[in-house]
Parts: sequence; C-alpha cells; structure tokens
Amino acid sequence: MEQFVPVKRSKDGQPVRYLVVDDSVFARKNLARMIETFGGQLCGEAGDGMSAITEYDRTNPDIVLMDITMPQMEGIEAAEKIVQKHPEARVVMVSSVGYQENIVAALQRGARHFVQKPVKPEVLYEVIKYVMGDDGTVANSATAGV
Amino acid sequence: MKMELIQPFINAADAVLAQGLQCSMSIGNLSMEAEAYRRKGIAALIWVTGDIEGRIILDLDPETAVRVASKFAGTELPETDSLVRETVFELANQVIGNAVTVLNNEGFHFRVHPPVLHTSDDGPKSSEDTEALVICFETGIGEVFMNIALRYGQSHRSEHAAAVGQ
Repeated sequence: MEQFVPVKRSKDGQPVRYLVVDDSVFARKNLARMIETFGGQLCGEAGDGMSAITEYDRTNPDIVLMDITMPQMEGIEAAEKIVQKHPEARVVMVSSVGYQENIVAALQRGARHFVQKPVKPEVLYEVIKYVMGDDGTVANSATAGV
Repeated sequence: MKMELIQPFINAADAVLAQGLQCSMSIGNLSMEAEAYRRKGIAALIWVTGDIEGRIILDLDPETAVRVASKFAGTELPETDSLVRETVFELANQVIGNAVTVLNNEGFHFRVHPPVLHTSDDGPKSSEDTEALVICFETGIGEVFMNIALRYGQSHRSEHAAAVGQ
C-alpha cells in the first residue's frame, strides 16, 4: 500500500489518533492499514453505534471513521450523540451507501465529512487533512522525526 | 426484470472489484435463471425492500474467495480464516451500497438489509415476476458470480397500474 507523508497533531507533533467504527471486521482492518500509511495511530475500534459512543469516551480520539449501516445503533445516530456530548469531535462517515439524503442527514447531525466505500486511500488522506485543519500538520519528510 | 434496475449493480460490481483487486476484469457469462440458484462457494445474500424488492447474491468459489481475501488483506489467508467470509460480505455490501446510491439518486427508495451467509446449495427460486440474472465477472484471480432477482415493489407497481389505467 502507498505510503503518505504523515499527518501529525499540531499541538504536540504526535500521530493523529483514530477510532474506527464498522460492523465489518474486514472494513476495520482495511481502514487500520490505511491509517498506518498516513502515520496515524488506531486507538480504538467498535462494531456498532452504541459501542462507538463508549469507545469515544474511553479513547478521546482525534478522528472517528464511522460506518452508517450497523446493528443496534446506526452510524448517523451515533455520530449525533457523540457530537452532542463532544462538540469538538471530528466524525467522518465512511459508507458504501452514499446517496444525497444520507450525506445531508449525516452532515446535519454533526459529521464533518463523508467518504464513499470502496475507500480510496488518497481520497481519505485528503479528507483527514481537511478535517484536521489547523489542528493537523503534514510532517515534511526532511524534518520528520527531528 | 428491467435493465435500468440491473445496470447499476453491474457497474458497481465492476468498479468495486476492479479497484479492490487491482487487476483486469471482464464480464463473462450472463444468463437468466428460472430455476433455483446453485451456490458456487462462499455466498453473501442481501435482501432489499421498498420501491424495488428482491435479493442479490455475491458468490465466489472457496479458492477464489481465499485469493480475493488474501489480496485485500495483503497476506496469505487460510481458507478457514473468518476474514475470507468477512471479505465476501463487505464486497457485497460495497457493490450493493454503490448501486443503491445510484438508484436512490434516481428517485427509488428502498432499504438494504445486512448481508447473511447463504448456506443452502440452492438459492431462492425465481418467480413469475422476478427472474434471476446471473452475471459472471472474470477477474485475474478467479470468477465472481452475482445473482440478481429484483422487481418493482408493491407501491411502485400500484402507481404504475394507476398510471396505465388512466
């Protein structure tokens, strides 16, 4: 898999920490591999919306990658609950069902962005940089590790 | 079965498989099946209900499923690994999700149910108004079968009947 210039947290230069929420183990592993190529750190995983809320409280991630169609509680509802409690939360919806109503509903209820599956690493990478905004910095390879 | 319902699924499968497998691909045999579907190996079945109703099966023989899952995992997986089944499920989810996106943006509203493992050798039989179309995608690492049996839902049929009756 292609390697990307690492995206770090501006405040302390540490790797961006991700919570990955998807009922598919395959999808979670796939996203975890991409996160690694972005220089990020997987701090938690959840297989449904309810667990995602608990995991968010426990891990306090920089970014949540959240599927939509999941058992118990769907991703959009979980995103809304997380953002209500943590207005600073950065939730990116990652779903194969990307029709307009779904995207609008997710954004209206607190998600910051939407990425359609199958996820292209280069697309997710750009979204991560955009969502992190000034709180993220792309480590120049010449200065990385200095 | 209307081609306007089928084409988004073919396009989605083509795109999802080509991107995921990073290999050349072509559409091989395409056939209508009136009889029950004969499962090839590891099969994910997804039901849809609403303006369009029916089911889609994504089916790979066990050897192809292992090769596909290994390709996605970036490492050789044994046939017994649960990730093999998970991969087939997620591929089915992605194909159907992408097709649903297109159909939804065209005004069809329906619900996609979570995939279930299709374990019986025979699939649900086609019915008078729900022929099944079987498409074989020939990838560089094996054949992927997609069996689609869809029809317009009750609400859509009622609207159509009313329109014809006017």
